[in-house]
Amino acid sequence: MTTTTARTRTGLLLEDVDLVLGDGDFSVTALDAVSMTVAPGELVAVVGPSGAGKSSLLAVAGGLTRPDHGRVVVDDLDVVAATAAGRARYRRERVGFVFQSGNLIPALTAVDQLRYALRIAGRRGEPGRDPREMLEQVGMAHRARSRPHQLSGGERQRVGIARALVTGPSVLLVDEPTSALDRTRSHEIVELLARETHEQGVATVMVTHDHDVLGHCDRVLQMVDGKLSAAR
Amino acid sequence: MFLGIRELAFARGRFGLMGLVVALISLLMVLLSGLSTGLVNDGVSGLIRLPVTSFAFEEGTELDSAFSRSTVTAEQAAAWGRQRGVADAGLFGNALVNAEASGAEGAATPVDLALFGIEAGSWLAPTAVDGSGLGQDPDGIVVSSTVADLGIGIGDVVTIDRLGTRLTVVGITADQRTFGHVDIAYVPLRTWQEIHAGVAPGEQARPGIYEEATAVAVLARDGATVDLAAGDAAAGTTSRTLEESYGASPGYTAETTTLDLIEGFLYVISALLIGAFFTVWTINRRHELAVLRAMGATAGHLVRDTIGQAAVVLVGATAVGVAVGVGAGALLSGSAMPFALEAGPVTAASLLLVLLGLLGAAAAALRIARIDPLIALGGAR
Repeated sequence: MTTTTARTRTGLLLEDVDLVLGDGDFSVTALDAVSMTVAPGELVAVVGPSGAGKSSLLAVAGGLTRPDHGRVVVDDLDVVAATAAGRARYRRERVGFVFQSGNLIPALTAVDQLRYALRIAGRRGEPGRDPREMLEQVGMAHRARSRPHQLSGGERQRVGIARALVTGPSVLLVDEPTSALDRTRSHEIVELLARETHEQGVATVMVTHDHDVLGHCDRVLQMVDGKLSAAR
Repeated sequence: MFLGIRELAFARGRFGLMGLVVALISLLMVLLSGLSTGLVNDGVSGLIRLPVTSFAFEEGTELDSAFSRSTVTAEQAAAWGRQRGVADAGLFGNALVNAEASGAEGAATPVDLALFGIEAGSWLAPTAVDGSGLGQDPDGIVVSSTVADLGIGIGDVVTIDRLGTRLTVVGITADQRTFGHVDIAYVPLRTWQEIHAGVAPGEQARPGIYEEATAVAVLARDGATVDLAAGDAAAGTTSRTLEESYGASPGYTAETTTLDLIEGFLYVISALLIGAFFTVWTINRRHELAVLRAMGATAGHLVRDTIGQAAVVLVGATAVGVAVGVGAGALLSGSAMPFALEAGPVTAASLLLVLLGLLGAAAAALRIARIDPLIALGGAR
């Protein structure tokens, strides 16, 4: 616990990361010499066609997949060098995931989604980690006792964002947050992401198809065939 | 158990159904256990309650017919009495007879009886709660409490069919004493020998019959073990321990193996059922579990949560099933069905049911460890 509170945030660094999926004739280069830095409080969008390697980028940055080459560093922690258990701990303590359409746990109410995330992260009862306050921040305090099936798509995504942020992560990895939402809701959600990123000082990477919402982002990168470049 | 408990409440329909099945299985378990104990009581309670450690039968007697075929002599009983570690050895007679009981009202009731011939006043003699024990009166008998349930009481006369021997009930035992589903009447050994030899009242008996009985009942001294082989060699008999002798009770082995088989199947079915349920449950939650793994939850944590769920369902449902079973058992105990509930076997069966169910759930929950957290990402492969 001392390590988490005393942690200095330096953001996310990917350096020369290669990832090859499959093997032999069926191998695909998902990430090809990808390098990027995301500063604390910065929202970076990654756009690109399906299959360009956007999900692989999130998987590598989130410690779900170990790259074949390169470094992933978060707050001076070398994620690639960590063991499987070490990477699970990294995910618990320093990463917040926001999934497509929220991916909430069906049995849990909105406030319990956050409470459970805190339990998993081992941060239950820590000061400044109040689930209700967090729901309030994303404008969902009034639905605290609702289960996912009682919420709209936008509401689910708001709870998903609150769940990812309540543990106080260094890195927020967001996977197609607006894929199931209409235009108005999409803007609201990305606006919320931008605001929380700035307020919480978290390094956010958002993968998206939705060019409409890029105006809310600090920087936009493009991914094609596993190669990352600044957007035109 | 944070998630486990909430999921139980959320999916209460599914878990309720599962719990109902487990409850029904444990109810069946209790009924089978009661039937099993009841049948054992009916079959061999008379033997269990004899203060005997082994029986010596006529040399070479097969076990399944030992009590009806064997004949031993007083000499062999004496030889057993001299064996090292033997506290007491005496002649024991066992014969199944048809009889008629008539009370003061004069109405005759047909009864089947297992006549246990025992030396009156000896170490083998039963202790009666009601009336007196086997006394010097050669026609006085002590009967099982189950005979009293038929409406036969002290002072009533029991007449052996064909021979016409008249015996008088002088005592009733405190508990059930039956052998091969037939009620026991303890008879003074000399009278038993006459009935067994087919000597009608007033007839002259062949002198040899008073030297013979079915088996030698042997009681080991406290803490001592009797060398049965040495005793058999000295007395010219074939010994069976008391437990082995149960197999000589008509139908005993067949009944107990049948019930044991059914009980065994129930355990297996229960474990497989729980395993199957939690397998489907885990597969259903695959995506959700992948999300939790991605959030950093360890597989161990999620497996424990699922096993905890199983424990709640199993313990709760088994408790309900056992409670209903014990209730139903109380109704059955008074009936003609051989049914008796004992805390020991019921507790052991319930524990085994829960334990095997947990094993089934654990086998299913291990799948969680193989779930790839990558599937939580939408575009993932």
